[in-house]
Amino acid sequence: MSEAATAKVFKPAPPVDRITVKVDGQVVVVPKLSPDWQGKLVPTTMIQACEAAGVTIPHYCYHPQLPVAGNCRMCLVEFGTPALGPDRKPVTNPDGSAVINKSPRPAIACATPVSPGMEIYANTPGVKAMRQGVLEFLLINHPLDCPICDQAGECKLQEYSVEYGQSATRFVEAKVHKPKAVDLGPRIMLDDERCILCTRCIRFTRDFVGDDALGIVNRGSYNTIATYPGHKFDNNYTLNTVDLCPVGALTSKDFRFEMRVWFLRETKSVCPSCGTGCNLLIGSRENRIYRYTPRDNPAVNGPWMCDAGRLDYKWIARDDRLKDARGSRPEVRTWRDVLAELAGRLRPATAGSVAIVASARLTNEELYLIRKLAQRLGAATDTIPHLGDGDRLLVNADKNPNTAGARLLGISAKPAGANLNDFAAGIRDGLIKTLIVFREDVTRFGLGADLLGRLDTLVASNVLPNETTKLAHFVLPGCAPAEKRGSFTNIHGRVQRITKAVEPPGDARPEWEFLGELLELITDRRAPATIEGLFNQMAGEVPAFHGLRWAALGDSGVTMPLEPGK
Amino acid sequence: MPAVEHRLILKHADTPGYTPDLACYQRHGGYDVLKKALALAPKTTPDGKTLSPQEQLRQEVTTSGLRGRGGAGFSCGMKWSLVDRKSGKPIYLVCNADESEPGTFKDRQIIYKDPHQLLEGMIISSFANDVRLAYIYIRGEFVEGAKILNRAIAEARAAGFLGRNILAAGFDLEIHVHRGAGAYICGEETGLIESLEGKRPYPRIKPPYFPAVLGLYQCPTIVNNVETLCHVKHIVAMGGAEYAKLGTPNNTGTRIVCLSGQVQRPGYFEVEVGKATLREIIFDPAFGGGLRDGRKLKTIIPGGVSSKVFKAGEKVKLKGRGPDGKETVNELDVLDLPYDFTSLMAAGSMSGSGAVIVLDDSTDIVAALANISTFFAHESCGQCTPCREGSLWMSKALDRLTHGGGRAQDADYLAKIADNIPGGRTICAFGEACSWPVQSFVGKFKDEFAAKGAADQARRQNNGQAATKT
Ligand SMILES: Cc1cc2nc3c(=O)[nH]c(=O)nc-3n(C[C@H](O)[C@H](O)[C@H](O)COP(=O)(O)O)c2cc1C
Ligand code: SF4
Ligand code: SF4
Ligand code: FES
Repeated sequence: MSEAATAKVFKPAPPVDRITVKVDGQVVVVPKLSPDWQGKLVPTTMIQACEAAGVTIPHYCYHPQLPVAGNCRMCLVEFGTPALGPDRKPVTNPDGSAVINKSPRPAIACATPVSPGMEIYANTPGVKAMRQGVLEFLLINHPLDCPICDQAGECKLQEYSVEYGQSATRFVEAKVHKPKAVDLGPRIMLDDERCILCTRCIRFTRDFVGDDALGIVNRGSYNTIATYPGHKFDNNYTLNTVDLCPVGALTSKDFRFEMRVWFLRETKSVCPSCGTGCNLLIGSRENRIYRYTPRDNPAVNGPWMCDAGRLDYKWIARDDRLKDARGSRPEVRTWRDVLAELAGRLRPATAGSVAIVASARLTNEELYLIRKLAQRLGAATDTIPHLGDGDRLLVNADKNPNTAGARLLGISAKPAGANLNDFAAGIRDGLIKTLIVFREDVTRFGLGADLLGRLDTLVASNVLPNETTKLAHFVLPGCAPAEKRGSFTNIHGRVQRITKAVEPPGDARPEWEFLGELLELITDRRAPATIEGLFNQMAGEVPAFHGLRWAALGDSGVTMPLEPGK
Repeated sequence: MPAVEHRLILKHADTPGYTPDLACYQRHGGYDVLKKALALAPKTTPDGKTLSPQEQLRQEVTTSGLRGRGGAGFSCGMKWSLVDRKSGKPIYLVCNADESEPGTFKDRQIIYKDPHQLLEGMIISSFANDVRLAYIYIRGEFVEGAKILNRAIAEARAAGFLGRNILAAGFDLEIHVHRGAGAYICGEETGLIESLEGKRPYPRIKPPYFPAVLGLYQCPTIVNNVETLCHVKHIVAMGGAEYAKLGTPNNTGTRIVCLSGQVQRPGYFEVEVGKATLREIIFDPAFGGGLRDGRKLKTIIPGGVSSKVFKAGEKVKLKGRGPDGKETVNELDVLDLPYDFTSLMAAGSMSGSGAVIVLDDSTDIVAALANISTFFAHESCGQCTPCREGSLWMSKALDRLTHGGGRAQDADYLAKIADNIPGGRTICAFGEACSWPVQSFVGKFKDEFAAKGAADQARRQNNGQAATKT
């Protein structure tokens, strides 16, 4: 074996290669390679190095989660590289510093890799003039209809105009006119005159979704975003293009003209529509929800979410929401009386006479309280699985947001729903006398009206009325996830917080609140009165959650091993 | 010594009786150079290295000093040396036959009259670069040209010059003809590649998409002009060193000059590069034969409409080296510039695609620029902001100026728009192509633009006053 080969064998693993560059005079060390939009390691770019140096480069077309297009030219910077002598070694100044050859041409920061010793000049008069030039070009044919534009307030044209715009226009020609209010698909409207042709929308649907639905037609300044003639832009991710669009060209039919964005209060939460638990922001004003938008979480959804989840908020404001707590007699209608009556019925119940159909739509904290209740009453529990279509992107086939939580807390049978037959038999045989149902219509799952009619006590907690709530002796109106705090455990074991954005209607209350009170009435032991306390108690008690603290969940959650011990 | 034509590429094309079929080509020695190339044996250099036949051919091309005839004049040997040969991916050769630069009509002479010469050049170039699949991307409007090429390919295939195991030398090659998508930008090499892949011809960003590394189908790709590839045949025939004796240092070989505009004898002429001056090309009876009677020279567009114009009488400074090695500065009339890559570049323009367009003193310079700008506004692919918006803006302003809507400040207005487009601000060189004419026309004929604008403005004011009076 040759010496070289032997030497190779003992060579330690190479450390991460790093490159030292200067950004506006400031030294930064960056990895030689950085992940691209698909996570593949590719040479680190100038824009990433600038980011590391805390210097933000204005940009329109660049998006870290999309392939680089390099078309807007807003990110142009000047730069230099170390001068090399004939021996290919860097030439130095008398003071030992490297001689830098300034490039005669600028480069786009979003696509140009950094090299050792490179100097990036991101704020020179020349760079500012280039940005001004690009912005002027973008604005000459723009309709400048900001007062009626939905993007106003979150528009990058407006933003950069403040920094690089000129107050007077020198453009005296006729503007290019393009189609307005183009119906791109069931959820998306396009104003081609506002479009700056950054192709973010095209790249997103083509490269991320895999639906090559959008393209550009015509030439030059007449370029126009369009679908293939006769085709609609209709996949389950179209609304992400509204977020991606740096201007007001793409708008959500659901949200457009509904509310100026700066009036919206944004609340960090999690989508309850499937087992993925995409992180989102609830946009609300005066107790009304106007929109959901995705909140970037690289561990879960990145910056995206599906259209179905995004629009799944309308039911929260439905008029027929359950608003009143109800006991078995008409006069029992305050929460205090209803819970007192219910506690009175449950306290003497014998083991096995109570069954609980909980729901994987409830939070971990709520399921934890149900677990305590079940333990005290000797009640069997289960949840009902809700399966639908999933995809290879974000949507999970499991339509419950907390299936993993219900399993880890021992609420679900194995598999979930397996106990329902036993419940039916138990009711038929008169063994089960009390059934408590959360968030389900059990009449659709084998526990029909005839069976329910045999029960001494039927308790239903829900947010919307259904056959079960109609038949129930006790009705406990609960909350939509947007109306309460708590946590869900997603399908991969990530425990994530939900936050209250709006108040529930009428007397409806978060389930964890009244469950805690009910438990106290039955056990004489007080449950923690806060979500923090409840979560931390659960984490101490339930092995699957050991080691977690509410505070540590932060805004983006923590992933637990789904099978403890692993 | 007066300039003369030196026909290398067009040696036979215009000979009476010369036909584009294989038999005629072979009667004139066709495919003999290919046979020579394929018969090359590995060679050992004095320093003990063994050069494969492919390496030898590439070296000949480097030695020849051949510069691309498509527009940029980039060294062909250098282009080939940049090809990523270690990627494990196939290497493609694409012949750029999009010929769309206004004023350019040379490639079509070769394709229509001597298609096998191009094929032979391509087969040799493919062999030299281990290419197994090559494309000819031909301008969409050249319908007949595509047919001629396809016929030639069929003939070459039948004769064993294409297909499997060419000339029993163990080399396989297919050439496909692809008709272009009817846009000027399809001639830009990365736009061409996108178009060849079936997409809009949006030029690619470089980095990372250098064709030599990530070209057609993300594989290493060589894009060469028709004329460039033909020269390869002659380089291999003559030997690189011998070829380099043609032309002038750094500007070797011959090149086809396309002369158009207001001259007596528009047409194409093949000359040794740098051996003819602009004056000779325009005025020599053997070339352009001068202007029409009574006309004076006003402007020369020296390398296709995207090159910066020269104004008649303009003096240019050329740096050179004297016999003692000292730097010399030579001031000459623009007409005395040798028509080569280096001199025109040094004079602030370029020889581009070899298209010389002559405008005489009957020309309305504003209208001429307006015409050019209309072309560019129509041809910008619209991908990147400065070119997309700037090209139409300039065109609209010029249209206004040629239709009585001028303003005194329009010369500055135009110059400022144009200044925001070139110099690396755009994805491809179209940014330069559309702004250089404006910069140079307005810069060199500012008085005419200003006068036109001021006259329009004055007329409008007078009309306004007349209108208020009545
Ligand atoms: C806008 C634009 C249009 C071009 N059109 C052509 C063309 O029609 N034919 C051509 O050979 N090269 C054209 N080029 C140059 C090509 O990009 C490329 O440089 C050339 O084909 C390389 O061949 P060569 O090295 O043999 O010259 C064009 C370049 C630009 C920027
Ligand atoms: S519609 Fe929006 S995202 Fe799409 S290209 Fe236009 S500006 Fe960009
Ligand atoms: S410079 Fe012009 S032609 Fe080239 S990519 Fe940009 S818009 Fe297209
Ligand atoms: S961000 Fe658009 S070109 Fe770089």
